[in-house]
Amino acid sequence: MENKTKFELESRRFVLGGAVVALVLIFILRLFFLQVVENDYKAWADSNAFLKKTLYPSRGMMYDRTGRLLVYNQPAYDVMLVMREIQPFDTLDFCQILGITKEQFVKRIADIKNRRLNPGYSSYVPQLFMNQLSAQEYGVLQEKLYKFPGFYIQNRTIRQYEYPNAALVLGNIGEVNRKDIENDPYYTQGDYSGRTGIEQSYETYLRGVKGVEILLRDAHGRIKGRYEEGKHDVPPESGKNLKLSIDMELQAYGEKLMKNKLGGIVMIEPETGEILCMVSSPTYDPSILIGRQRGKNYAVLQKDPLKPLFNRPLMAQYPPGSTFKPTQGLIFLQEGVITPETTYTCAHGYTYRGGKPACHGHPSPLPLVGALATSCNSFFPWGLHDMIDSRKRYPTVQEAFDVWKDHLVSMGYGYKLGVDLPGEKRGFVPNSKFYDKYYRGRWNSSTVISIAIGQGEILATPLQICNLAATIANRGYFITPHVVKEIQDTPLDTLYTQRRYPTIQSQYYNYVAEGMRGAVEGTAWGATCRGAALPDIEVCGKTGTAENPHGKDHSIFMGFAPYHNAKVAISVFVENAGFGATYAVPIGKLMLEKYLKGEISEADQALEEAIANTVILPNNAL
Amino acid sequence: MRYRKTEIWKSVDWFTILLYTLMVIAGWFSICGASYAFDDVSFFDPSGRPGMQLIWIATSVAIIFVILMLESDFFEIFAYLIYAAVLALLIVTIFVAPNIKGSHSWLVIGSLRFQPAELAKFATALAVAKFMGGYGFQLTTLKNFSWVLLLIFLPMICILLQRETGSALVYFAFFLMLYREGMSGYILLIGVCAVLFFVTGMKYADVFVGETALGQFIVACLIGLITMALVWIERKDRFALKLMAGATVTVFGIGYVVSLFQPVNFAWLSIGLVLLFVGYLLYLSFHHWVWHYVLIALFAIGSLGFLFSVDYVFNDILEPHQQVRIKVSLGLEDDPSGAGYNVNQSKIAIGSGGLTGKGFLNGTQTKLKYVPEQDTDFIFCTVGEEQGFVGAAGVLLLFGLFILRLITLAERQDNVFGRVYGYSVASIFFFHLAINVGMVTGLTPVIGIPLPFFSYGGSSLWGFTTLLFIFLRLDASRKER
Repeated sequence: MENKTKFELESRRFVLGGAVVALVLIFILRLFFLQVVENDYKAWADSNAFLKKTLYPSRGMMYDRTGRLLVYNQPAYDVMLVMREIQPFDTLDFCQILGITKEQFVKRIADIKNRRLNPGYSSYVPQLFMNQLSAQEYGVLQEKLYKFPGFYIQNRTIRQYEYPNAALVLGNIGEVNRKDIENDPYYTQGDYSGRTGIEQSYETYLRGVKGVEILLRDAHGRIKGRYEEGKHDVPPESGKNLKLSIDMELQAYGEKLMKNKLGGIVMIEPETGEILCMVSSPTYDPSILIGRQRGKNYAVLQKDPLKPLFNRPLMAQYPPGSTFKPTQGLIFLQEGVITPETTYTCAHGYTYRGGKPACHGHPSPLPLVGALATSCNSFFPWGLHDMIDSRKRYPTVQEAFDVWKDHLVSMGYGYKLGVDLPGEKRGFVPNSKFYDKYYRGRWNSSTVISIAIGQGEILATPLQICNLAATIANRGYFITPHVVKEIQDTPLDTLYTQRRYPTIQSQYYNYVAEGMRGAVEGTAWGATCRGAALPDIEVCGKTGTAENPHGKDHSIFMGFAPYHNAKVAISVFVENAGFGATYAVPIGKLMLEKYLKGEISEADQALEEAIANTVILPNNAL
Repeated sequence: MRYRKTEIWKSVDWFTILLYTLMVIAGWFSICGASYAFDDVSFFDPSGRPGMQLIWIATSVAIIFVILMLESDFFEIFAYLIYAAVLALLIVTIFVAPNIKGSHSWLVIGSLRFQPAELAKFATALAVAKFMGGYGFQLTTLKNFSWVLLLIFLPMICILLQRETGSALVYFAFFLMLYREGMSGYILLIGVCAVLFFVTGMKYADVFVGETALGQFIVACLIGLITMALVWIERKDRFALKLMAGATVTVFGIGYVVSLFQPVNFAWLSIGLVLLFVGYLLYLSFHHWVWHYVLIALFAIGSLGFLFSVDYVFNDILEPHQQVRIKVSLGLEDDPSGAGYNVNQSKIAIGSGGLTGKGFLNGTQTKLKYVPEQDTDFIFCTVGEEQGFVGAAGVLLLFGLFILRLITLAERQDNVFGRVYGYSVASIFFFHLAINVGMVTGLTPVIGIPLPFFSYGGSSLWGFTTLLFIFLRLDASRKER
């Protein structure tokens, strides 16, 4: 190494000074990047420091139309644990109390600690160990909790049902899935929402509004207080209570009658469109779908071949059979195809097509009232023939048929009625295009004649049929059927308060009502629905038998009572029970009696017992 | 006596004292912010850290008075004695100090704790200054240079034995002073290159682009570039430089064309290129009979050797926790809850401060203790979070100004003793600033050393105050000597 001159060495201060300047510049640039350019750090800091604790509102309760409490909330107990505080304890004893195996215990602990499954894990923060202990389990654990340091109980609420009935109407709640969370920003992981029934359709009212409490959380996950003394906190808003139009006693009675049968009962208050009961059979007790057993029980219900989760009054689409005949009478009257005096012949069947469809023996010829009372299978085919095959009124068969179809749609057929429950089916009413395609444009009334008596392509839900009964009872209007009568502090949707008028003039309904009264009371031409008759109540009814390609015919009853100023409309479906008069009519009679009189007369108690004890199930189900 | 007293207040450098006062006050406010926990506002309560820091500040003022009152010759006369005493204290500390967070560097007397390593800095600076200020001292002789190194490394080894690696590394700061005093710049260059190559090599050790190991490629390219720069600085040999640049373009050009048809390992290409340079430099050396080319060639060869020994050093010499720290710091390991936690949280705290900060006592990250050691080694986070970019940059500018001022003062000393001591002080502050802020902003590995005047603690405040004011005392009377 050679010696440097003094000057050379002195100039080295510029190298060192330069290094200082460079260092400060580098740091300032780095700070500029961290603090001004990059924005993520602020969010990270907030997610570090703020624990936004959700305050859950209590879910709205449900009452029936008479004010009986149906659905409410009850405390349940979650077992929480704070990993940091756990000390050695008797694992075996602990597992026994909770009814789990040692392996389940070990796996659960491992899952909690797994940050991939449980991203928010901290050994300082309570973690969910097991959810929804029942009150009994809680009691046992509570006594011994002192033996298990680090384990805690956290209260939460679950749904509780006062009655074992109306499971499909009330619906149930379940944990939200990823799709729900994506569709509605209200939900977060672990929230509950209505999965079926009213719980689903009135979810936005029932759930209330979540509150939030902003807490400050330190580096160990410990809560250090509220952010700015809770200035930014929002209290939760309780869900709205609902008053249902369902009469729970009537509902329970219907379920009792339908026991061991497949089918459904719908009853509507015609004046308001309120659904009084909606029985689907088989059914189940709604309380089995709460708590920890939900998953298991749900799977059992799902696998049941009798489909207890299938809400038949809304979802089952049957051919309406003879209950469809009133609609035909109404259309023919409205279109001037017939007058109330018009008679058609019947000779054990539709005379125009050589006795097909067949009919039973009754006086002939007969007018509309008689045809309805005796459920004539010739009168209505004649009417359809006169309506669509004659070119006097309509230029083509297609136009004639679409007029026919439009009347039906206005009566609530072929489309969803819009009931306030999820899963409603629309039924089926063909239009002219459907038949053009099916018959390559060459068809007439004879080709499609079975639709005139509610067979063939026509499909309707029990709700649509009951709605028809309500419309006839009202002589020409209906209100969209609904199960919720009142929402706390909130007016009902106008859909459920406004009258809907089908395209049939009111006066024509009188003849149809007369025919249905005749079917129960008896007429000169006969009566097929005498079984529905009640002393001192003028019951009107119509039987039906839906042809079922898979087995025995379905038995159907449609009716309302009293004849004037009707208080109730009803439809009853019993699958595979044969003629309407056999099962559907007596069930309908008992339901009407129960609702209108409040009790079953002594004379009918034997009938009630016989019906309740009858088993009509497909062979493979037994 | 009276005469000298008035004299010292006139001749002491008030500008430095102003900067010192500003930093100490800013430091105290930062400690308030870092230790503040909601309703607790008793900053003057001595049971809390702000209150304690006030006591340390007050005692520091007393220390300042004592130092300024002493004769300026005192330090030069007693330099070796002070050095020996501190060294003895350091050795005793190794054996008697209890284990506090893995280090044996704290002497505990009753409720008081003291870190002798903080005193060792000024003691070493004094001893080195005295030795280098001696008559006829020549840094360039091997004997003198070895003595200087011994003086520096003795306390450093003691501190290493106390398991205070961070404080021990500070002694490398003396090399900056040695550079000013005539040490060859190459030693500094080699040191910087070693760190640079090591960090780059490690950071890209497992990154491959096609066949090319990126770490080796970058380091080899750096070696080539530095080699060419040295040829230019030492020899101003334009022709040789053009030839080397031409060779580089040719080799990489051919490599690129070949790589279109089959994979090419550019790392080996660049290493081959460096070897080509070495051969050429040796040829030049013999041809012109000039030593410099050999030295440069040796540098290139040595660098390549270093590159290949990095893996060995890393895996076999460093301890696992040091490996992890280095890896995390280089961004090789992403473990926000483990070793990277400190750095990550510190970056979050600083980053969340934004342009103007959250305001005094409003930093959520510091208040909620997200940043570990936030009132000591990570105090700069609090500045960054509560005062934002403006405040943090202000503190950095203050430090920059402070160190530049120290360099100016050191340069104006008439004797070697004063200058060497002054440069030692400036270098130590520089090193602390570089490592501490580098660590907090995630640029350098996590090496636990305090930020002077800001970090909480009596030992460090006393140590830095003593270090600084001895120099100011020397500077105040530079004319008398």
